[in-house]
Amino acid sequence: MSLEARGIEVWRGRGRTLGPLSLELVPGEVLAVVGPNGAGKSTLLSAFCGELSCTVGEVLLDGRPLLKWPPRERALRLGVLPQESSLGFGFTVLEVALLGRSPHATRGEGSVDMEAALASLEVMDIRHLSSRPYTSLSGGERQRVQLARVLAQLWEAPAHGHRYLLLDEPTSSLDLSHQHLVLEEATRFARQGGAVLAVLHDLNLAARYAHRIAVLKDGKLVELGAPAQVLRPDLIASTFGLQVRVVEYPDSPAPFIIPSGRAPPPA
Amino acid sequence: MSASDVAPTPATYPAREQVKVPGGRPRPWFVLGAALVVVTLTSLSVGSYRVPLLGLFGSVLEALGLETGYRLEPMQQAVLLSIRLPRVVLGVMVGAVLATSGAALQALFRNPLVEPGLLGTSSGAALGAVTAIVLDAALSSRLGPFRLLVVPGAAFLGALSATVLAQRLGGGGGRTETARILLAGVAVSAGAGAGIGLLTQMATDAQLRTITFWTWGSLAGASWSVVVASTVPLLIALVLLLKDSRSLNLLLLGEREAWHLGVDVEKLKRRLVLAAALGVGAAVSVSGVIGFVGLLVPALLRLALGPDHRRLMGASALLGSALLVASDVLARTAAVPQELPIGALTSMLGVPVFVSLLVRGKGMS
Repeated sequence: MSLEARGIEVWRGRGRTLGPLSLELVPGEVLAVVGPNGAGKSTLLSAFCGELSCTVGEVLLDGRPLLKWPPRERALRLGVLPQESSLGFGFTVLEVALLGRSPHATRGEGSVDMEAALASLEVMDIRHLSSRPYTSLSGGERQRVQLARVLAQLWEAPAHGHRYLLLDEPTSSLDLSHQHLVLEEATRFARQGGAVLAVLHDLNLAARYAHRIAVLKDGKLVELGAPAQVLRPDLIASTFGLQVRVVEYPDSPAPFIIPSGRAPPPA
Repeated sequence: MSASDVAPTPATYPAREQVKVPGGRPRPWFVLGAALVVVTLTSLSVGSYRVPLLGLFGSVLEALGLETGYRLEPMQQAVLLSIRLPRVVLGVMVGAVLATSGAALQALFRNPLVEPGLLGTSSGAALGAVTAIVLDAALSSRLGPFRLLVVPGAAFLGALSATVLAQRLGGGGGRTETARILLAGVAVSAGAGAGIGLLTQMATDAQLRTITFWTWGSLAGASWSVVVASTVPLLIALVLLLKDSRSLNLLLLGEREAWHLGVDVEKLKRRLVLAAALGVGAAVSVSGVIGFVGLLVPALLRLALGPDHRRLMGASALLGSALLVASDVLARTAAVPQELPIGALTSMLGVPVFVSLLVRGKGMS
């Protein structure tokens, strides 16, 4: 039982933008995907959730090819937060969260859906904005509303199988405290039997919250493993072109990365 | 950290009572229904030949076996049944279809400025209809009983091609720019308009109505045979559009987002374009191009009711009907003995709304 990419490749025109690559997202874990701009992180996420069909290989959701799932059944198990969403119509915050419930509420929302929507707004610290129009919110607030919508979608586990949450840069517009809030919730989601894949730019956030980190460069997986094992100065220098010191604080479980300057280009 | 050490909430819930959203939006049905009834009665009664409402009610009650002492004169009855009533019925259906098509296309393009008239759907339909009418003399002898379907069929094809073309040019995908869509619509409309102009000039056929009919619309051609011929496509389109109300909400979030929430987006888009083309095609083939109903009605209703299509679509049908019937009353009575073009009236109401949306939505992509 997992969300698994098996030997996938994505080609655009005559060039390969992703892969070949295999990656398995297992219930109970938070997996961070990191890598420089253009490394193929978003492509990986799009392929992983079925938006992009793979040229080679396939993605399996709980053992069954992703695109063979009936759309609604798939939606009960797999939720995706895109990098950015443009919603130009004046739904209220609560209405947006309720839209996340539509795979559950095929005949209109019931009290279960209302509770799930309100609870997910509460979790994202935006319940006080419930009746505000979405269009009047700031970027960070919008991002939290969209995340609440996806959380509402996956609020309860399906009768059979697991929940998979894919987040594309979920913290990009958030202030420091809400960045941690979002990743704490991702961890909690994983503790409750779900699985989270998050594309992140901040290596320290990844180190602090992810169980495993996947490092992507030029469409290929260059390293996959526990934070302490992956976040080595040599690997960061060769992937990101950044010289860093990795420090361990006695009271912190995760390594801490301090940039010291751009690395000289490889000879 | 495995899945077994948690007890997730069960996914099956027996009772699913409906809940009202706190701070919910008003329910529009009574007000809009009443407005439609008032407008309809007015339209039946008012005109160059007055049909008194008291007599109308009296005759209806009499037909049900209740004597009231009021009844319509034979002449009044004839005017009511063979002139006013088909016109009102046609107005109700066309108005409902134009308004709901507008709302659906706006969700499809994720842009409140889209409208069958502006998108080119209506002009495409008109071009199709005019072409069919001009070719009718040549074709009619061979088609026999299918002749009735030729004009609405051609209008449907015209509407469909124009919409698909505008969709391709405007890039109806995820993030569609307003300017792009509108320019695509302008191009499609201009092309179709040129075609209509040439065909109407060339045609000597007495059947072909004037170019004013195709550019500004009119309900003056209404008769029971017209109503009968257009009822089926208009109602099918209306039902199809209303049925997809829920998915339209998800489409507003974005196509990817809708897909992840279990909507088969490609099928939905195809269904919407087909339904809108069918409805607009049928509407245009009987009433010409009546612009801005599809923009004005959903825009006003969104202000009052919010963007939820489960209310918006039904409400648009009601208000669209009422607006079109009211405009028709005005068109018939404002400049007796002349009849004003109804599309000019709806555009006069619609253009300010369009401009205000355009100005307000400046920052919107």
